[in-house]
Amino acid sequence: MLSRVADSVFWLSRYVERAENVARFIEVNMHLSLDLGESASQQWGPLVNITGDHEEFAKRYGEATREKVWQFLTFDRKNPNSILSCLSAARENARTIRGTLPSLLWEELNKFYLYVRAAATGDSFENAPTFLEQVKLGSYLFVGLTESVMSRNEAWHFSRLGRNIERADKTSRILDVKYFILLPTSHDVGTPLDVIQWAALLKSASALEMYRQVRGRITPVDVVEFLMLNTEFPRSIRSCLARAEESLRFISGSPGGTTTPAVRMLSELGSQFDFPQAGDIIQSGLHEFIDRFQANLLAVDGAIFDAFFAKKPLATTEPLPVGQ
Amino acid sequence: MRLETYQTDGFYDEMFEADGAPRSRVRGLASRLAGLSEGELTQRQKAADMTLLNMGITFAVYGHEAGTEKVWPFDVVPRVVEGHEFARIDKGLKQRIQALNLFIADVYGEAKIIRDKVVPAELIYSAPCFLKQCVGLKPPGGVWCHVTGTDLVRHSDGKFYVLEDNLRCPSGVSYVIENREVMKRTYPQMFDGMRIQPVEDYPEKLLETLQHVAPPADGVPNVVVLTPGIYNSAYFEHSFLAQQMGVDLVEGSDLVISGGFVWMRTTRGLKRVDVIYRRIDDTFLDPTRFRADSMLGVPGLMEVYENGNVTLANAPGTGVADDKAVYAYVPQIIKYYLQEEMILPNVPTHVCWVDKERDYVLEHLHELVVKPTNESGGYGILIGPRASAEELANYKELIRANPRNYIAQPVIALSRVPTIVDDHLEGRHVDLRPYILYGKDIFVLPGGLTRVALRKGSLIVNSSQGGGSKDTWVLAEDGLNGSHDIASKQAQTQSQSQSQSQTQSKPAFVASGS
Repeated sequence: MLSRVADSVFWLSRYVERAENVARFIEVNMHLSLDLGESASQQWGPLVNITGDHEEFAKRYGEATREKVWQFLTFDRKNPNSILSCLSAARENARTIRGTLPSLLWEELNKFYLYVRAAATGDSFENAPTFLEQVKLGSYLFVGLTESVMSRNEAWHFSRLGRNIERADKTSRILDVKYFILLPTSHDVGTPLDVIQWAALLKSASALEMYRQVRGRITPVDVVEFLMLNTEFPRSIRSCLARAEESLRFISGSPGGTTTPAVRMLSELGSQFDFPQAGDIIQSGLHEFIDRFQANLLAVDGAIFDAFFAKKPLATTEPLPVGQ
Repeated sequence: MRLETYQTDGFYDEMFEADGAPRSRVRGLASRLAGLSEGELTQRQKAADMTLLNMGITFAVYGHEAGTEKVWPFDVVPRVVEGHEFARIDKGLKQRIQALNLFIADVYGEAKIIRDKVVPAELIYSAPCFLKQCVGLKPPGGVWCHVTGTDLVRHSDGKFYVLEDNLRCPSGVSYVIENREVMKRTYPQMFDGMRIQPVEDYPEKLLETLQHVAPPADGVPNVVVLTPGIYNSAYFEHSFLAQQMGVDLVEGSDLVISGGFVWMRTTRGLKRVDVIYRRIDDTFLDPTRFRADSMLGVPGLMEVYENGNVTLANAPGTGVADDKAVYAYVPQIIKYYLQEEMILPNVPTHVCWVDKERDYVLEHLHELVVKPTNESGGYGILIGPRASAEELANYKELIRANPRNYIAQPVIALSRVPTIVDDHLEGRHVDLRPYILYGKDIFVLPGGLTRVALRKGSLIVNSSQGGGSKDTWVLAEDGLNGSHDIASKQAQTQSQSQSQSQTQSKPAFVASGS
């Protein structure tokens, strides 16, 4: 497929996934702040840290209140990671590749965007629960449609690659930020409050119920294990990397070997999650581990760009013919 | 809905006779409209508008913030054309396109028609769309205008006339197909009892046409659609056609020239391109040959084309035949090449470049429509009877200064179709643009784009000037569209349902005595 189109499919998928994650982060935090009452105000700052935009936020908004964070993460056009910005970018990408997407997919994405855009014009905080629900549903519909109406061709694999890289990144970020906040209160282990906070972390990755089925009681080590190393839960970092690697191998046309730098790097990154125990990771520094992971993921991103999206000068792509 | 108050105002109305009785072709439709409850039509209209918005069927508006998209107004009351009427249109258009194609080939070839003085040489060589770079070109199969959209109007005498030819990159066919889709989604009942010829096979026919004109290659030729990008006003159509044909939609920067061929940059290296359905203007195709400032084209493309290693559709240079001054000579052109009389008449046209005709035009300006010969989109048109004395005087100066640039025609009383205005129907003027494909043979899509001037009294139907569109129903001629025997094919085993499988796999539940 065209490099430009592949690039757009990849990012289209990432932006939709990102919007869904931001919506879930906000939703979980809202519920949590209802449980926590008074101290809720301190809950909103970290949300901006998760998306990595805290500096930008501080510069433009100052103190992190509920309303300000809401505005920043939902409808702020200047924040490239706000839900509205994500949907605009997703739709713009979809528009440039409308020839490639099934019309069903385009139409639902377009409706999704129109919904978010319309919501942005009203005073929306009152309708926050409905809005966040609709954003999540829009993303589920998008993913569901790619599953049910797209051939398992390159476009589908680029879409899946984008989604899983984005997911791995977001799961790692929420784990990083929340773990950091929850740690100082580790002497509260076992108190009701603590369980609520840890449960909220799991919910932020839609993981609570699946976690319960395999682990039962909530402990920090098990939560870290589940969100990072579980092979069955589709939002654990390890699962995401495995799927991303499958798709990258399909795209690279190298099911077994490690022919391209991108495949090699992603494969190496995935293997870092194959052996360690959650306890060991925490022992040697969860934050450092995640920091390294994010740097490596960024490098994989760069390698994917070089391999498939970049417009290389003609000389480097010769000898020519592929296809006919 | 009350139709008694509807007025035809002395115009040819596509739905009603002059006495207000519905025409025979739309009797069923008219009685359904009359039977609608108050407000239902406007409700359906809103549903259609919403569908268009959701489907993202938009066009970009120039002169606004980049990326401004608008939904093109669509009116749910369809325009109906009788089967036998369209059969004549079909015949007339095939004749016209065949002749115009021969004309273009001749102009860039031996120029016999010029030597035989049927069309004046100066008129052709002064046409802005005559490209001297195209002299000597021989496109595959001798086809120059693969895709044409010809504008027709129906005059008060009830006859169809050709208003203008669009032989370069005519747009709008996607709206023909999507308008039908929107009608089916929002108002299926309207179709009851009507036998309407389908338009949905256009993309298939287009692909067939494009593949047919490919240069010799192994396997299935690689066809692409070349677009200027998402900010072009017709981007929706470019993406729609690519999607429906299942081919790649490329921008100039996706293509490279190497080793005498055109290639596209893919994730797996370069892939050869055989046919380019290009939706960018001639002069933007290749900066090394035409406009050097073009960022939309591909440097070196024309050389590959001249060597026969890629096909461009339409061929560059076709614009010479839709110059509005050349249009006036189409009756002679048809006669010259085909030895036939023109089937679909032209609107009588005065070419200002000819001294005698210019004098006539200047004298009768207040009763004529004057058009620039090389503009489209309804720009620069003067409608004499509606112009002020000052406008007339200014226009006379324009004509005198550059007579080659103007033609004049009598005011055509475009036919009208009932159109929703607030909560009722009023007559609005329409034209009709059928689409013609020229590959192995010539195909005319049974239907076309009906554009409607939504402003009261307006004769300008262009989307840039307050025009909208309608679904166009060409009725089947008797004997066509026989219903298929579907019922017999459905007499198959029913699908298994859940309750069936469960009752079969589980032992029957036996209630134990309490």
